[in-house]
Amino acid sequence: MSIWVILKIALKALNRNKIRSILTMLGIIIGVGAVIAMVSLGAGAQRQVQEEIAAMGTNTLQVWSGSMRSFGTRGGSGTMNTLTAEDFEAMLTECPAVKAVSPSASTMSQVVFGNQNWSSRVEGYNEQLPDLRNWKVIKGSFFDASHVKTAARVAVLGQTVMNELFSGSDPIGQTIRIKNLPFQVIGVLDKKGYNAWGRDQDDVIVTPYTTVQKKFQSGVLYVQSGIVGAASARATYAAQEQITELLRQRHKLTPVQDNDFTVRNLSEIAEAADATNRIMTGLLASIAAVSLLVGGIGIMNIMLVAVSERTREIGIRMAIGARPGHVRIQFLSESIVLCTMGGILGLALGVGSAIGISQLMGWPTLVSPNSILISLVFSAAIGIFFGYYPAHKAAAMDPIDALRYE
Amino acid sequence: MPGEEGDVEMPPLSPSLTGPGLAATHSDASAVIALQEIRRVYDLGEVQVQALKGVSLEIPRGQFVALMGASGSGKSTLLNILGCLDRPTSGIYRLDGVDVSTFSPAQRADIRNRKIGFIFQSFNLLPRTSVWENVEAPMLYSGVLKAERGRRIEAALNVVGIPEKAKALPNQLSGGQQQRVAVARALVNQPAILLADEPTGNLDSATSEEIMRFLQRLNREKGITLVMVTHEHDIAAYASRALHLKDGHLLSDEMNPSSHEQA
Ligand SMILES: Nc1ncnc2c1ncn2[C@@H]1O[C@H](COP(=O)(O)OP(=O)(O)O)[C@@H](O)[C@H]1O
Ligand SMILES: [Mg+2]
Repeated sequence: MSIWVILKIALKALNRNKIRSILTMLGIIIGVGAVIAMVSLGAGAQRQVQEEIAAMGTNTLQVWSGSMRSFGTRGGSGTMNTLTAEDFEAMLTECPAVKAVSPSASTMSQVVFGNQNWSSRVEGYNEQLPDLRNWKVIKGSFFDASHVKTAARVAVLGQTVMNELFSGSDPIGQTIRIKNLPFQVIGVLDKKGYNAWGRDQDDVIVTPYTTVQKKFQSGVLYVQSGIVGAASARATYAAQEQITELLRQRHKLTPVQDNDFTVRNLSEIAEAADATNRIMTGLLASIAAVSLLVGGIGIMNIMLVAVSERTREIGIRMAIGARPGHVRIQFLSESIVLCTMGGILGLALGVGSAIGISQLMGWPTLVSPNSILISLVFSAAIGIFFGYYPAHKAAAMDPIDALRYE
Repeated sequence: MPGEEGDVEMPPLSPSLTGPGLAATHSDASAVIALQEIRRVYDLGEVQVQALKGVSLEIPRGQFVALMGASGSGKSTLLNILGCLDRPTSGIYRLDGVDVSTFSPAQRADIRNRKIGFIFQSFNLLPRTSVWENVEAPMLYSGVLKAERGRRIEAALNVVGIPEKAKALPNQLSGGQQQRVAVARALVNQPAILLADEPTGNLDSATSEEIMRFLQRLNREKGITLVMVTHEHDIAAYASRALHLKDGHLLSDEMNPSSHEQA
């Protein structure tokens, strides 16, 4: 029997029980769809982290006040308020591997322009931010050192904020109100898009950090965190060591005391993000695999029902000369066709929902040809694995018993 | 189908059954069916049912045999063994000179496919499958090519007289028409014997007569060997020989002198 004849008979049999075939396929469709969607989202997030870190410059470090250890909580980072603006200035002057620094301070606030109104994140830095974050100003200009020194009420807008408040008109020179205080808009930042954790990086207003401290944090003198640029990507580990040594010295820590601050370079952060991502993807993929398994058991169940329903047909086919092997391949091909069709539909569902999720939630996705191939091969394998026992049962029937079956 | 296992494993014919230099399969004089002491015991665990208790007989090529007897006498059991659907518990069955009593299930499937055509009381057509595809089915298992399949289906439907029903489904046909499709399907691989288990059991008397005349013509004009189970004497009258079974024994074996006049 040629493969086309076998497939034709299988398709006809499945077509006779359309609803049942579709319901049976549903398990595989959902399983494969989930695998594809999960793997695509995971791969997309991973690539985004890599791109983001490359865009931020691999030579960037972050410094927080408070210690943070990998295990156990010894004061959360940022909770101990041990860093000062002077600490950051000292890093720039004392650490040879450090090229640029900026303390940071941030708050959430309502922002108003005319009758437009938007809630956004106000982030304070110094004038070195565009270099440190590799972030260009595309309109107007960034604030300078004198703005920082005087805690000037100037604001540079992210794209999202600009669109929400100004909807097309030119924001430069306009006055917006942040927590009811007037700020002059002096620049607009280039579009950055979403970060790997799904946050809109353009939904931001950048002001001098001193302004945030004085106007919104009742004049605090400590700095919760800041970013540091090393001289080169290679210098990040040297910069990390030098900063640690400098800060321990400045904070007068004895050798038995732990750091009261945390220095992280971005490659560490990238690794952590990567690991988290891998664990999440693995977890979701194993849930998807369980649903594939359940789908496979559903296939087996339905094929067993089909074999017993069609006992008489099996008997007739045997009487006119079907060998046990012919009967086996007939039922096996039905379950393979069922699973492979489910796999193809699941693939469409998975790719579709991955694209849908990425557009709805703004998460990045990456559909790899590998995951497509693997899911199709896998679903055919499920068809063979779970279809074999029912097919074998059909093939092992005695022709006389099968013919006599009512 | 040359080259497939059924053909390959057939041993050469023994000289006692064939004339010198003549293959049994082409000799009209040799028996197409030869049974020696065929027994069939159904083992039901606690009891054993002896359905056939040593049946020996020969059926020459081209004969039309009616197999008669009371219900439970072993007619169907014997026919199933003749059709290689079942194996004897003991005894030797030579079909076309070949001992098939020890064949494997796959080998018996090949024998059924090429040498035997079945006609059942309940027609046993594949449901929701067109007449054309029903008649085609045996050839799918013997690997006949598509063009040849088409030719043979048309020829077979012509022989049974319903060429216009090729696209119909079994449930759109009358009982007589369904039985004709079954006959076409039985003939399509050019078998050595046709086996029929109460072929008119589900038909009214007019249609029964029509089918019987048709089977008789097949036997007379095409020389097809026919073995038919029936318990009705007027149906058995179409045959040229009548075998009577009782309790698993062959009770009588008579030639029917009047069968020619029925035509
Ligand atoms: N599959 C079977 N299992 C057990 N006993 C059977 C089976 N088939 C037939 N028999 C028994 O064998 C005997 C002959 O049956 P069967 O050949 O069907 O008779 P007939 O066709 O002449 O009515 C009966 O006693 C019947 O009950
Ligand atoms: Mg019977």
